[in-house]
Amino acid sequence: MMFDDLRDLYQEVILDHGRRPRHGTRLAAFDATAKGDNPMCGDRVQVFVRRDAQGRVAEAGFEARGCAISVASADLMAEVVAGRTQDEVRVLAKEFGNMARTGQAPEGDAAMERLRPLAGVHEYPSRVKCATLPWHALLAALDGQGGASSE
Amino acid sequence: MNVVTRAPAPDLAAIRAQFPILSETIRGKKLVFLDSAASAQKPRAVIEAMVHAMEHQYANVHRGLHWMSERATEAYEGTRDAVARLINARDRHEIVFTGNSTGAINLLAHSYGRGVLKPGQAVVISGMEHHSNIVPWQMLRDAHGIELRVAPITDAGELDFPAFEDLLRDGRVGLVAITHMSNVLGTYTPAERIVAVAHAHGAKVMFDGSQAIVHRRVDVQALDADFYVFTGHKLYGPTGIGVLWGRRELLEAMPPFMGGGDMISSVSYERSTWAEVPHKFEAGTPAILESIGLGAAIGFVESIGYGAIAAHEASLTDHALARLGGIEGVNVIGRAQDRGGVVSFTLDRAHAHDVATLLDRQGIAVRAGHHCAEPLMRRLGLDSTARASFGIYTTHEEIDALADALTRVREFFA
Repeated sequence: MMFDDLRDLYQEVILDHGRRPRHGTRLAAFDATAKGDNPMCGDRVQVFVRRDAQGRVAEAGFEARGCAISVASADLMAEVVAGRTQDEVRVLAKEFGNMARTGQAPEGDAAMERLRPLAGVHEYPSRVKCATLPWHALLAALDGQGGASSE
Repeated sequence: MNVVTRAPAPDLAAIRAQFPILSETIRGKKLVFLDSAASAQKPRAVIEAMVHAMEHQYANVHRGLHWMSERATEAYEGTRDAVARLINARDRHEIVFTGNSTGAINLLAHSYGRGVLKPGQAVVISGMEHHSNIVPWQMLRDAHGIELRVAPITDAGELDFPAFEDLLRDGRVGLVAITHMSNVLGTYTPAERIVAVAHAHGAKVMFDGSQAIVHRRVDVQALDADFYVFTGHKLYGPTGIGVLWGRRELLEAMPPFMGGGDMISSVSYERSTWAEVPHKFEAGTPAILESIGLGAAIGFVESIGYGAIAAHEASLTDHALARLGGIEGVNVIGRAQDRGGVVSFTLDRAHAHDVATLLDRQGIAVRAGHHCAEPLMRRLGLDSTARASFGIYTTHEEIDALADALTRVREFFA
């Protein structure tokens, strides 16, 4: 492969979701939203959440201006949180943050397997926040806060 | 493109050999360091001067009546002489040491701003300032009733001179605080014209020379400037030391910024009196080792000469503009006629951070982001750019490596 030396961080799934996010739109109807802002680099994301009658995350979407890592992370996040309880989302957010910082994630969890391509950011301390910013915004939305900062 | 005085080409291999870090490898690849505008690498002369001082003649300055303190004081004050020579200051007492350019601008905003400027007066900055030349003036505005005016830039990334002059017409502007060279666009501002117009309207002028002094000779008397600031670490010196130059009579009219030791003439509980300039502005133990490093850095720059530096960097910049301009999808940001060794660019379909990371994977260090110039980014309609910046040690081959790597990045994101 011509780009083998560049693929460890930018795996195909990241390039694909960074370029063509499936959930990169403001939801037509949402009951929670929050903005995430990385003042160090200017990345911005706004996450929208629609919850069902049981309080589960029925659907998530986002609008983002940022790098491929942050957009792909937001898109994969929106994909894996759909249908989960808020407690499950919080556990995932914690595990994802841990994976972004250490590269380690629990085996055998389907959602974490889906997010695993982003584990490569742990080798790039300056890029960890790109991956975790959407999750901070999601948690802020669920907590009823208007915004989150990566700082 | 750039009009420069032709000087003999510097012996690049010999210059590079003076920078130990340039022989480092990054992930098995030779380091291509194109981030000198953020902070320059250090020549052996600087490293050795600081080590030598610590090993052989270190003590506090202006205090000890002993041999070590005398030697340290000589070295510290010797750098003041070197700075005065470097920028052709009339008087060595006009050189105030600060922590960096930011420290110098904050000193000026606090002391000249609150002590000399009067509420109702205005400060003019430009639309291409670093945050360090925006925020201190905002703080002054909010604390002291000073109006802050921003002179716009053109689409080419140059000062909109007629609009700038319009801002001065009501005679309320006390100070123009403006970059001498943009850290994002590479634009040199027309310093002599700025001073002439500002003085004609009764305003003083401060230049932020953080970038400019790295690439070209600065002569504060020829510029007829009132204040000039720069930082040591971009000029091949250490971090932690910067310079505020000001005309002596202006510095003398300014109250102290920070109080403490070394800045006083006498102290009692009732009142204290201030030391003469520049010591009035140098409270506390200064950056002694860093001043010694800065002195060595100035010696290094002078050993090469600004003629050779400017010629080499103009050639590098022309080469970079030609190479990057030839890559489809690469957009060079800023088209100023008069520019220094900084080239910002964007790449279609790729965010600047991704570009920077992918260049880093190929051993090439560039900066990406808003470059501490968010209002400028908004003016340009951008969130971020990647920026390649050059120093005296930068080679044409390194720019070729950047261009080749960018071509790969473009294909990667195609």
